[in-house]
Amino acid sequence: MHWYMLTLVGEDRPAIVAKVTAALFDGGAHLGEAAMARLGGNFTIMLMVGFDGRAKDLESLLETEIDSLGLRAHIDPIEGHLHQHIEPDVRVTVYGADRAGIVAQVTGALAEAGLNILDLQSDVAGTSDNPVYVMIIEGQATESIEGLESALSIVAKNGIDVDIEPIETLIG
Amino acid sequence: MAVLEILTYPNETLKQISEPVEVFDDELRAFVADLEETRLAGPGAVGIAAPQVGYFKRIVIVDVSNMKRPVPNHGYMVLVNPEITEWDGYAVGREGCLSVPDYTGNVIRAEKIKLEAFDPNGDKLSFEMEGFEARAVQHEMDHLDGLLFLDRLVSKRNDLFRRKNYKKGKS
Repeated sequence: MHWYMLTLVGEDRPAIVAKVTAALFDGGAHLGEAAMARLGGNFTIMLMVGFDGRAKDLESLLETEIDSLGLRAHIDPIEGHLHQHIEPDVRVTVYGADRAGIVAQVTGALAEAGLNILDLQSDVAGTSDNPVYVMIIEGQATESIEGLESALSIVAKNGIDVDIEPIETLIG
Repeated sequence: MAVLEILTYPNETLKQISEPVEVFDDELRAFVADLEETRLAGPGAVGIAAPQVGYFKRIVIVDVSNMKRPVPNHGYMVLVNPEITEWDGYAVGREGCLSVPDYTGNVIRAEKIKLEAFDPNGDKLSFEMEGFEARAVQHEMDHLDGLLFLDRLVSKRNDLFRRKNYKKGKS
């Protein structure tokens, strides 16, 4: 069996996930990890799909549903495996009046101080006149959390509120 | 002394409710020693509950005194027949479990608790605790009632920035 990364993008509407995954299941594929998000009114999903055939065969499994739902599909064979999670040890929250460059500045400073980003969610809240940018990053401090803190204290001066806190995962 | 086998989900017995301990004898204390050895053999576990090794009695061990970033704690605690008598506040925190490998998630727990229990000799204990230690005790005590942290998961998204959008026409 091979793992593929299936990416679907299109106008959001109810039941996309149900229809697409039913087509995959009926075609003998199975699913690994997945993440769906609604971004700017668009449906987007990335799905690890385990499948015995070629990418072309996988694509043809989905053809009918993709056409009727008006989705665009992209399929990549991947070197993927399950159970490859890395536990994040730090969470960074960022918000501020929206302007170009927030992500580049913040993540640039964090990358330099050794952050490996494992999860990033961002959103534009507020109103059209006063948009507010909000971002939550979870990651692994490959050097030190103190190093990340001091890197952030520099970018935080540019009208962005930045908070960093360690994630202590309880195992019990 | 022995390292015991940890039951992992979907083993149905993890959903079973454990019985109170009635006899505080050498057999109980020997089991507690094995349970602690099993906890220490696991990957960085700050607690363990008897039903996780298939012993369905109300016994948990918690020890958060060895954290990389120290937290308020009462050291090594063996809690037999524990009861939480007061809860205060709540906090979201990330949890994983020896019985649920390769998954962690956010769970809401009381921030501060008051607790009564017995030690392995049958002497009464009482604690007031907070934060990470209180979280660990609540996680372990859930096992005694057949609950896993999976039963209490909350969304990863929007836990920290829960904003309401009051703009008309948008939900």
